[in-house]
Amino acid sequence: MGTLIVILVLVLFLAAIFTGGYNKQFQERVRKSRTWDWLTTVDHKKIGILYLMAGLVFFIIGGIEATFMRLQLFVPGNDLFVGRTFNELLTMHGTTMIFLAAMPMIFALMNAVVPLQIGARDVAFPFVNALGFWLFFSGGLLLNLSWIFGGAPDAGWTSYTGLALNQYSPGPGVDFYVLGLQIAGIGTLIGGLNFLVTVINLRAPGMTFLRLPLFTWTAFVTSGLILFAFPALTVALLMLMFDRLFGANFFDYTMGGSTVIWEHLFWIFGHPEVYIVILPAFGVMSDVISTFSKKRLFGYNSMVFATVLIGFLGFMVWVHHMFTVGLGPISNSVFAVATMAIAVPTGIKVFNWLFTMWGGEIQFKTPMLWAVGFIPTFVMGGMTGVMLALPPADFQYQDSYFVVAHFHYVLVGGTVFGLFAGIYYWWPKMFGKLLNETLGKWHFWTFLIGFHLTFFPQHFLGLFGMPRRVFTYQTNVGLEKLNELSSIGVAGMVIGTILFLINIIYTLRKGKKAKADAWELGRTLEWSIPSPPPEYNFAQTPLVRGFDALWVEKEAGNKSMTPAEPLGSIHMPSPSYIPILMSLGFFVAGFGFIVRGIPAAAIGLIIVVVSLFLRSFDYDKGYHVEPEDPEKGGKE
Amino acid sequence: MERLRVWRIGLLVSLVMLLLAGCSGDPSLSVLDPKGSAAKIQLNLIYWSLGLMTVVFVIVITIYVYVLVRYRKRKGQNRMPEQVHGSTKLEIIWTVIPIAALIALAIPTVQYTFDLAKEPPAKDTVIIDVTGHQYWWEFKYPQYGITTAQEVHIPVGKKILFRIHGKDVLHAFWIPSLGGKVDVVPGRVNTLTLDAQEAKVYQGKCAELCGAGHALMDFKVFAQKQADFDKWLAAMKQPVASVSASSSEANGEKIFKQNCMGCHAGINPNIQGPNLNKFATRSTIAGILPHNDENIKIWLKNPQAVKPGTLMPKIDYLNKDELNDLIKYLDSRK
Repeated sequence: MGTLIVILVLVLFLAAIFTGGYNKQFQERVRKSRTWDWLTTVDHKKIGILYLMAGLVFFIIGGIEATFMRLQLFVPGNDLFVGRTFNELLTMHGTTMIFLAAMPMIFALMNAVVPLQIGARDVAFPFVNALGFWLFFSGGLLLNLSWIFGGAPDAGWTSYTGLALNQYSPGPGVDFYVLGLQIAGIGTLIGGLNFLVTVINLRAPGMTFLRLPLFTWTAFVTSGLILFAFPALTVALLMLMFDRLFGANFFDYTMGGSTVIWEHLFWIFGHPEVYIVILPAFGVMSDVISTFSKKRLFGYNSMVFATVLIGFLGFMVWVHHMFTVGLGPISNSVFAVATMAIAVPTGIKVFNWLFTMWGGEIQFKTPMLWAVGFIPTFVMGGMTGVMLALPPADFQYQDSYFVVAHFHYVLVGGTVFGLFAGIYYWWPKMFGKLLNETLGKWHFWTFLIGFHLTFFPQHFLGLFGMPRRVFTYQTNVGLEKLNELSSIGVAGMVIGTILFLINIIYTLRKGKKAKADAWELGRTLEWSIPSPPPEYNFAQTPLVRGFDALWVEKEAGNKSMTPAEPLGSIHMPSPSYIPILMSLGFFVAGFGFIVRGIPAAAIGLIIVVVSLFLRSFDYDKGYHVEPEDPEKGGKE
Repeated sequence: MERLRVWRIGLLVSLVMLLLAGCSGDPSLSVLDPKGSAAKIQLNLIYWSLGLMTVVFVIVITIYVYVLVRYRKRKGQNRMPEQVHGSTKLEIIWTVIPIAALIALAIPTVQYTFDLAKEPPAKDTVIIDVTGHQYWWEFKYPQYGITTAQEVHIPVGKKILFRIHGKDVLHAFWIPSLGGKVDVVPGRVNTLTLDAQEAKVYQGKCAELCGAGHALMDFKVFAQKQADFDKWLAAMKQPVASVSASSSEANGEKIFKQNCMGCHAGINPNIQGPNLNKFATRSTIAGILPHNDENIKIWLKNPQAVKPGTLMPKIDYLNKDELNDLIKYLDSRK
C-alpha cells in the first residue's frame, strides 16, 4: 500500500514537471490535446477506430500465441513450450481471439457503419458507447497482464471447472480470466444494448426495418444475442469468482456442487457467442458481394429471415458441445436435430450470395476477394459442422483436432475473413483513404493459402487419434507429416498479417484519398456522405425511399440523397472523461480481487461509485454545431 | 492470365491432396480403421454424412466457379446488371432440398444414438470400472476382484461395459479404434459399451484438457482371445510371490515400503498413485515410457520432466545400490 502511494505521488510530480504544472492554461491545453480528445470521445466513428486498433493489437497477441503453439507442435517431443506453459498459451489464444479480437473488431465495424447505414447522427447512447469500449479495454488489459503477474490462466478458454477450481489451478491465473472477462463482458453487454436501441429508434425517415442494409440487420440480431447470451456468462463467472475467492462450492462435487452446471452455463452463453461473431461477418459478406457484383442482394427478405432464425436457433443447440458428458440419448438426439436445422438458414444464405453474383458484374477488389475466399471456406466449416452435430460421430470427433479444424474454418474462414472484408471495404469510410490494393491482394492470397495449409490437415489429425490441447504427440502413428504441414501453414498467415500492417502504415502515410462513394458502386447510405464523415454524419437527415437507399437515388438520376429536414444547427453530445475513469475503477477493483487485496478492490469500487455519482449529476447538455451546406462548398 | 492462375491453384490443391493421401493413421489409433462394433457404426455415420455434405459442397462449388468465371468484369466492359429481387421458386428449392437431406441424415443419427446408449445384458459382459486421475487411469474388474492401472485387458468379441468414474477434474476416455469417447465427470458415473473384434493392442487417450500432463495421459488396451484373457486373469489373481529374505529384492521391498507405499498402496486417501501390483507385467512406465530399467530410473529421478504436473515426487535421494534394489524388487512383481 505504502509503495503504491509513493509511486502515485511520484507520477503526479513527474506529470506536473512535464506538463508545466497545474495553472489556468493547463486545463485548456489538456482539453485541446489530441490524446485527451481520443480518451474522452463519445463519437461513434472515433470509438469504432479505438475498437479496431485495440482489436488488432489483441489479434496480433493471440496470433503470436498461436504461432508459439504451432512451433511446439512442429515436431513430436519438442520441448519449447510444454505442460503448464502450453496450456497458458492455448487458453490465452482462445480467450484473446474470441473476446478481445473478434468481439471488438465486430464492434468496430458496427460503430463505424451502423449509424451511417440507418441515417443517424450517432448511436442512441454515446456515453454508454464510450463506457463499453473502455470497459472492454480494461478487461482485456487486465487479462493480458496475467502474463506478468503470476501466470496466465491455463484451464482452457472454456475454463471447465474441476480444473479451474483453486485446488487444481492454484495461483491467480484463472482469477485473471474470471475478472478480466467479467469486466470486458459488461462492456460488451451495454454495447449490445446500445445498438439495439440505436437500430430501433434512430432510423432515418423512410428507413423501415425491411429496408435496413443486411449488415445493420446482422448487427441488430447480434446485439439481441448479446443481450440474452452474456448474462449467462456473467452469472457463470460470478459463481466461479465466489468459488475461487470466497470459498463457495458451486462447482465442487465433493461439496454437493457440479461441474456440469458450469458446462451448461458456459455453453448457453458460448454457443450464441459463436453466432454473435459470425452473423456480422454474414452481414459484411452480403453488403460486399452485392456492391462488387453491382447487383441488388438476391432474396433480401429470406436473408433477413435466415439471420433471425439462425439467431433464434443459436440458443437451442448448446448441448451439442456436451454430447460426451453423458446426458443421455434423448437430450443428445433433440439437440442434434436442432443443430442440423441451423444448416437450412445458413444454406439459404450461401445460395443467396451465389445468386447475387449470378448475372452481376463482379469486380475483384480486395474486399470482394475476401468475400469470395469466404464462401468455399465457410461452406467447408459448415459441412464439418453438420457432421459434428451427429452425436454418435461426435463421440469420435469431440475434443480431437477435427473439432479444432472445424471451428477454425468457421471462425477464421468465416469471422476473420468477414472482418478483413469489412475492414478493407469500410476503411475509406473510416479513415478517408483507400487501403492499397496490391498489398491487399497479397495479404489475401498468403493468408488464404496459409490458412488452408494449417487447418485442412487438422481434420485428419483428429481422425488419426490426436486429441486437442496437447503439447506433444506420439511418433510413428502417422501424425508427424500433417503436424509439420500445419505448422508451415502458419507462416502464410503470419506473412499475410504483416503485409496487412504494412498496408495500414503505408496507407496512413501515402494512401489515395477516398471520395464519398469510395468504390463508386455504393448502394447504402454511408456512401452518400464524405469520407471520413463530419462529426455530425449527415448535414441533413436523408429521406429513404427504398432498400439500397443510395442506389435508389442513383437510379432516379439524383447525385445525392433527398434531405428530410431543412439545414439547421445540430445538437452534439459533449465528450466525457467519466467512461475511462469508471473503467479504471473496475480495473483497479478487478486487480484488487485478483491479488486478494481487499483495500485495493475497495478503492476501485469507490472510483466506480464516484463516477456513477458524477455522471448522475452531470448537467452538461452538449453543444450545437452549424453544418457546412453540402450544396455550397461542402467537403467532398 | 486468369485461367492460368486457376490452374495453378488447382495444381496446388491436388498436390496437398496427394501429400495427405501419402500418410494415414496408425491402425491402433485411427478412427478410420475401426476394430470394434461401436467404431464401425460411427464410421458408417461419418462416411454417410461426409458423402451427403460432399454432394452439397460440389453443388455449391460448381455454381461458385461458374459464377466467378462467367460474370467477372471484363476489361472495358461497363454493363448494368439487372437488379433482380429474388426468386421464390429457387428459394423454395434450396430450402426444401436441404431439409430432405437433413431428414435422411437425422434418421440414422437418432437410431444410432439410442443404439449406442443401450447397455448390454449383465451376463456375457465384462464390467470394468475406470477412474480417471490426474494423469493416469485406474482399471478395476469388479467381477474378478482385480485392480490395475494404465493397461486394460479385454477379451475379443465380448461386450465390455466401461463404468467411468470421475474423481478430480474432467477427463475423457477415448479408444479411437474401438469407439467414441465419453467424459470422465467428477462425481458422476458414465457408461460406455465397446468391444474389440481383433486381438491387438489399441491405444487410449485422455481427450479433455485436464492439466499440465494432459498430453501424456495415455493408456493401452490389450484385446486378447478369450483363452489368453483367462490366462491373464488367472495370473493377475495369483498373489505376488514373496521375495526371499536377505536378497537384493528384499532390500528393495524395504525401500518400497518406506518410500512408495504411502501413495501406491492407497494408504493415504488424498494422494493416490497407481496400483503397482504386477508392475513387472506392464509394458510402460507412467503410461508413456517403454518399460525398462533405464526408464524407471529416468522416471524416478525426475517425474516432472517426463510428465509435467504429475503428483509423483522426485525419488532422487536413493544411492545407486538402493535404486537398483528397488528396481529389482519392482521387476519381481509379476
